[in-house]
Amino acid sequence: MSPLRHTAVFAWVLAATLALAACSGSTDALDAHGSESRHIAGLWWLMFGLAAGVYLVVGGFIVLAAVRGRRGKPVGSRISPSMFIVVGGLVVPTLILLVLAVVTVTTTDALRKPSHDALRVEVQGERWWWEVRYPGRQIVTANEVRVPVGQPVEIGLVSDNVIHSFWVPELAGKVDTIPGQRNVLRFTAEKAGTYLGVCAEFCGIQHAHMGFRVIAQSPGGFERWAAEHASPPLQPESELTAQGQLLFQRLPCAGCHTVRGTEARGKAGPDLTDFTSRATIGAGAVENTPQNLARWIQEAQSIKPGALMPDLTLSGDEVAALVSYLESLN
Amino acid sequence: MATTEVRPAAEEPEHLEEIWEDDPGIPGFFSTIDHKRIGKRYIYTCFIFFAVGGVMALVMRMQLAGSDNTVLSPGAYNELFTVHGTTMIFLFNTPVLAGFGNYLLPMMIGTRDMAFPRLNAFSYWIFLFAGVFFYSSFLVGSAPDGGWFAYTPLTDKVYSPGLNLDFWGLGVAFVGISTTVGAVNFIVTTFKLRAPGMSLNRLPMYVWSMLVFSFMVIFAVPSVTLAAGLLELDRLFGTAFFVPKAGGSTLLYQHLFWFWGHPEVYILFVPAAGMISMIIPVFSRRPLAGYLWVAASLVAIGFISFGVWVHHMFATGMPALALSFFAAVSLLIAIPSGVQFFAWIATMWHGAVRFTTAMLFALGFLLVFLLGGITGVMVAVLPFDWQATDSYFIVAHLHYVLNGAVVFPIFAALYFWLPKITGRMLNERLGRVSFWTMFLGFNLAFFPMHILGFLGMPRRVYTYSSGLGWEALNLVVTLGSFAFGLGVLLTLINAVVSHFRGARAPDNPWGADTLEWATSSPPPDFNFEAVPVVASRHPLWDQQPLPVADSGIDDATRAFGPAGAHEHTTPITGGLRAAPETTMRIPEPTILPVVFAAGLAVFVVGLLVQALVVGVAGLALGLLGLAWWVWRIGEH
Repeated sequence: MSPLRHTAVFAWVLAATLALAACSGSTDALDAHGSESRHIAGLWWLMFGLAAGVYLVVGGFIVLAAVRGRRGKPVGSRISPSMFIVVGGLVVPTLILLVLAVVTVTTTDALRKPSHDALRVEVQGERWWWEVRYPGRQIVTANEVRVPVGQPVEIGLVSDNVIHSFWVPELAGKVDTIPGQRNVLRFTAEKAGTYLGVCAEFCGIQHAHMGFRVIAQSPGGFERWAAEHASPPLQPESELTAQGQLLFQRLPCAGCHTVRGTEARGKAGPDLTDFTSRATIGAGAVENTPQNLARWIQEAQSIKPGALMPDLTLSGDEVAALVSYLESLN
Repeated sequence: MATTEVRPAAEEPEHLEEIWEDDPGIPGFFSTIDHKRIGKRYIYTCFIFFAVGGVMALVMRMQLAGSDNTVLSPGAYNELFTVHGTTMIFLFNTPVLAGFGNYLLPMMIGTRDMAFPRLNAFSYWIFLFAGVFFYSSFLVGSAPDGGWFAYTPLTDKVYSPGLNLDFWGLGVAFVGISTTVGAVNFIVTTFKLRAPGMSLNRLPMYVWSMLVFSFMVIFAVPSVTLAAGLLELDRLFGTAFFVPKAGGSTLLYQHLFWFWGHPEVYILFVPAAGMISMIIPVFSRRPLAGYLWVAASLVAIGFISFGVWVHHMFATGMPALALSFFAAVSLLIAIPSGVQFFAWIATMWHGAVRFTTAMLFALGFLLVFLLGGITGVMVAVLPFDWQATDSYFIVAHLHYVLNGAVVFPIFAALYFWLPKITGRMLNERLGRVSFWTMFLGFNLAFFPMHILGFLGMPRRVYTYSSGLGWEALNLVVTLGSFAFGLGVLLTLINAVVSHFRGARAPDNPWGADTLEWATSSPPPDFNFEAVPVVASRHPLWDQQPLPVADSGIDDATRAFGPAGAHEHTTPITGGLRAAPETTMRIPEPTILPVVFAAGLAVFVVGLLVQALVVGVAGLALGLLGLAWWVWRIGEH
């Protein structure tokens, strides 16, 4: 049994190393592109090294201890029981833990330090999507947080319903949105790109579909985006679109959704002012395409069961008009 | 007190059996207060809950085997993971350890029953009724779905309007009575009923662990009872302890919950470690190395575990300074675990290991818990936890700790002690197959979850999209979980078959050292006709033949000898050295504990359905049972 056990232990650690080195998903905490996540990934590799060493040494002792007396007689040893306990159980762990304690405090300090020139973004956890506001600018959007590369970002996190948790693994650790308090998450995106985020705190029936994305772009690109989004959408150009707008305001839609510059001022659902610029519908439930939008309007409950968006019973023409209107919002 | 060298031939054994035996049939079933019958019932009931909770896990794994599966609706998934977690913590792990304690502890310390046998029956009935109450939620289609931690405000009346969470809140508060009452019983039993000469430094390590377990329960459980109780006040009577909009605090709930919740992890680990400290020495054929170190470690864990609860709340936005304190304490608690680890290693190193199934499970425990302990240290490191918390990394870690470091010892204990309990040996070959299936399945199921955590998979999602690189690993996890389930099934089959067909177990099949092996397998109702006299930490190794006490003429020593067994009594001892003090009369069987427990159960149902009549009727029945119970104590 002993060689088998040795191999098994070794294979685990090897498999873990390879898998961790090879993984490159888009929510990979070790594929760090933010200041905070890079610190944490560094910390992880330090701990992984220590852990692998400890596992191999202690696991080796366990296996060796178990097999050395297998012939039924104890084998003499110069290592006394108290030496095992004092050195292995007390002294070595204490040293390792002291190192970790120091690293914990210094890393925490580095990550929690506020900066002066941070871009402030206010994010509110909703059931089951995220509202995103830029204080001082007329921008309200949903499920997408745009940030400039290289500038520190301070995300204010609040909720007026249940607890959620804001997590973009490639950029930073997670922070909860807790009703009754405003939490802050700080990070700096170091590379342009789209980073997927998820809700990490169980928040009810559609906790699984509460995705979002952080889009980091060049400071110039970010400013252009911000300027474009500060102005309300243009008036409808085609007749179908105009008809769609009318329907939107007449049907229950406007009771829950806002489109800036129109009479739709509902607060319960996401602001749809820049709807077409978003990648997904239903906080990551489906891709944002006209076909999916038409489906979403009619049968949101089968795409995202339990979501607060009801199924609407509409004629084909009505759906086409609504889709045309919503697709014009940019 | 005189001692004789040889166990006296049982005089009138038939007569002795009659004095101790329960009424036959149904009345005897409800009225028994024999710690062994109650302990067995605990263990068997817990394994039923374990099997049910395990099947739930397998159904969840089917849902997560691939992306966008539709085996389960989101609502059903949320119910399953809530009930799975609640079952494993409240209805399996905690009570099964109490069950083993119930069966083993009195025999290990050489007495004839627990200090409060009726209270003992009461705590079993409460546990059973709480479990049935909790599971009855499925019958009305309202199983709890707010997570086993039931965070507010998600679980308040606004966001969870159904009865679902009331089953959880009332069930948790209800089952807490059972655990607490049991803990008091263990403490008093350990301090007052030890065999003469069993000083504290001769206590079997498992008894030490049950003592620490019990003190931890007494200080921790009130906190979760309070959390669940206040939650129910919010839900049923409109108070606002946890309602932020009305000035309540949702973080207060988290503090109350985890002030129990983290010690709870150690409440489970400590007795499991105690079992390991009994099993490894027996199969290493030498005493446990560093007895005092290990006992001190258990006590240290008991204290330190009350200073780590905030590490479940690292992402709640508390100030870094406060968090750093809890991070440091969470690192510190690794040290007493490390000490125990090396005590076990040293025991094997200086011994000669026999690879029985029980020992294989103990070795499996060591290798699994080692990894769970290491990842435990990692998540104590504050910044790393901000990435890891609420991801699958934690699911991996907690199963390495709770499934690996508690379930493996429980299986080791089954193979070790079941022969004593049933009088039949388990099949060793099937046991080995079961162990290897469980061990490989376990690592296949839970190791990849670490990596899924790094890949950004959050906990408690009923589905996930393709394209995130999560599918292959999730499939491996699902396959592993089924292998683990198969391994568990093999042991359950082994246990059932051995019950009917197993080889007869001798008194001491493993050549073990403690007093439970001094009596027959299965033990007689009275455990020991004459109480053993202890002069060593390892009476069955160092005191051959084992001396037993004669009955003295005074009240302090009369119960030691056969006269005590004939008079339905057991001796009370005291002080550090377990010196004779007086005689305790063991009460007659009675249905009053089950009446009291049933009354409380009806009261809880009354609260659930908000029916005043039901509540009052239940309370009246319970109080009547209690009053009669207290009244009749005087008769003895």
